[in-house]
Amino acid sequence: MSQNETHVLPLKIYLLIFAVLLVMTGVTVQVAYVDLGFMNTVVALGIACFKASLVVLYFMHLRYSSSLPKLFWVAGLLWLAMLITFAMSDYLTRQWIEQPQGWARNRGISIEQVAKQ
Amino acid sequence: MSALTGEDAPPQAPRQHYLNVTYGVRSWLLTLDHKRIGLLYLASITVFFLLGGMFAVMIRAELVTPAGDLLQAETYNKMFTMHGLVMVFFFLIPSIPAALGNFLIPLMIGARDLAFPRLNLLSWYVFIVGGLFTLFAVVQGGVDTGWTFYTPYSSTYSNSAVAATAVGVFITGFSSVLTGLNFIVTIHKMRAPGLTWFRLPLFVWAHYATSLIMVLGTPVLTAAVVLVALEHLLGIGIFDPKLGGDPVLFQHLFWFYSHPAVYIMILPSMGVVSEVISCFSRKRIFGYKVIAFSSLAIAVLGFLVWGHHMFVSGQSVYAGMIFSFLSFFVAIPSAIKVFNWTATLYKGSISYDTPMMYAMGFIGLFTIGGLTGLFLASLAVDVHVHDTYFVVAHFHYIMVGGALMGYMAAIHFWWPKISGRMYPEGWGRFSALVIFIGFNLTFFPQFILGYLGMPRRYHAYPDEFQVLNVMSTAGATILGVGYLIPLIYLIWSMRYGPRAGSNPWKAKGLEWETTSPPPTENFLTTPLVTEEAYAYAAPDVEEQEGARVG
Ligand SMILES: [Cu+2]
Repeated sequence: MSQNETHVLPLKIYLLIFAVLLVMTGVTVQVAYVDLGFMNTVVALGIACFKASLVVLYFMHLRYSSSLPKLFWVAGLLWLAMLITFAMSDYLTRQWIEQPQGWARNRGISIEQVAKQ
Repeated sequence: MSALTGEDAPPQAPRQHYLNVTYGVRSWLLTLDHKRIGLLYLASITVFFLLGGMFAVMIRAELVTPAGDLLQAETYNKMFTMHGLVMVFFFLIPSIPAALGNFLIPLMIGARDLAFPRLNLLSWYVFIVGGLFTLFAVVQGGVDTGWTFYTPYSSTYSNSAVAATAVGVFITGFSSVLTGLNFIVTIHKMRAPGLTWFRLPLFVWAHYATSLIMVLGTPVLTAAVVLVALEHLLGIGIFDPKLGGDPVLFQHLFWFYSHPAVYIMILPSMGVVSEVISCFSRKRIFGYKVIAFSSLAIAVLGFLVWGHHMFVSGQSVYAGMIFSFLSFFVAIPSAIKVFNWTATLYKGSISYDTPMMYAMGFIGLFTIGGLTGLFLASLAVDVHVHDTYFVVAHFHYIMVGGALMGYMAAIHFWWPKISGRMYPEGWGRFSALVIFIGFNLTFFPQFILGYLGMPRRYHAYPDEFQVLNVMSTAGATILGVGYLIPLIYLIWSMRYGPRAGSNPWKAKGLEWETTSPPPTENFLTTPLVTEEAYAYAAPDVEEQEGARVG
């Protein structure tokens, strides 16, 4: 059974991954001070996924396991993508239809004014 | 029945089995035997079922009269919330998988236990801790948000024990993930020699699909609960518009888990029905592979339809169209199963023992529940019936008429294996009939009520709805009696029922090849599988069938 073989990685690799994780944390913090518009979230989530993948691949040895655990890792990422994609199908298309203004428009006031009151 | 159990010598129990190998509370609370852990689950979910049932009694009692006289509005809100919460998270989701799946999967695949016995025991303790938090919330005065915890009821405007309940649901989620993970690894790695994927019982396929949902979906519910807590504690704007959040986002996250959660409840029942229909028709299941793959299709497609709960929430109509279309799509694999079971019955030699009666009930009620689901998946119709009793009736046809009927079928079918004794068949059939009648009397009027416009979640209603509501409450009373009868005779049969023998139904499947009750290690020698699942027909008939069906 090849999965039962333990893969002993040199300490150097662990330290390297650890350093990369720290650097990426720093990058996340720094990027948070830069306004990238809608890319704010995309960048933050991208870095988070990258870091999580490093932990899973090296610290949890997924890189050296058989294809079945890898398949489940891919499934996890795919499911996250499904969650985001279909939720965005709501958020990205909400503005396509003009929102009904109701009584406010009939009286010649805008929704923003109503919200202020 | 007599033809099935009639044996020359009265069956004897094995001298030593998993129930009598050790005694005492410690031997149960520290057991690593999947069969005992299954029974621990069975006992705990029965307690939760009775608790959830008591809340239902209060709801139905209030609704006998149009005026809100028995319960105040606030108390009524708490009753339906806790009914939903306890029934969904602490009964239906763990019901078949954690109790019977735990017991049966290793037996069905010829293994000695699940892959991770300690994790299995841990999952039960986690479940109990989560349950205790929820009970604590009940004692604290209860929750009134509805089982869905929609923000801002659960955040900005929460005024009841939401925190304790949320922690309870958060913790219980982990038990679900642990069980799912255990099943996946076990089914992949521990099948007996010769037991290929396409020889597995469909019960196992259904549990594999269920486990995928548990592992891939539950973390999202957990995350949603954590986000509510983070917003509450740290003021991070996620769901509160004042802080830049969006309350509808909570519904996205909640239903991403909770729609598939319906399949966590129904898929195991479908697995049970496949086993039972095949056994009591004495026929190989029709379209084995299609049923197996339709379970997986349901598990995947079920994740893409959650927005059908949000058509009137302010969700974009374009998203609504996508979700509506995909919801129609997910009906296909379910329909495939129903047609395949019906085809299995065709020309079978059918006997109506109790498990079969429940399985037949499942097919009919699940079909009604599924078809009314298509009404609700249609954008325009949903605007009319959204949040009415039509919805309540629809999902009770799925969850009670479907999932719970399957659970009852399973309990009766495998009771001889679990306890080593038979239940009284006459009482079994009688109570199955009582449950079927009581169920329909309870929930069919609710379809009409909803269509006429009675909203759910109110303790008072206009006078013209009273007749249908009284019918519904009368039905619920009959239904309650129907559930108490099996509870009594099953407990009775543990001591006084006749010995079952290892295979009282003359059923196929590895679990029937070991003794009843099985020994702790399940099989004294590792079984070798040489035939397909459900090889019921005589060899010559089998050949003809094989030629025709392929
Ligand atoms: Cu749904």
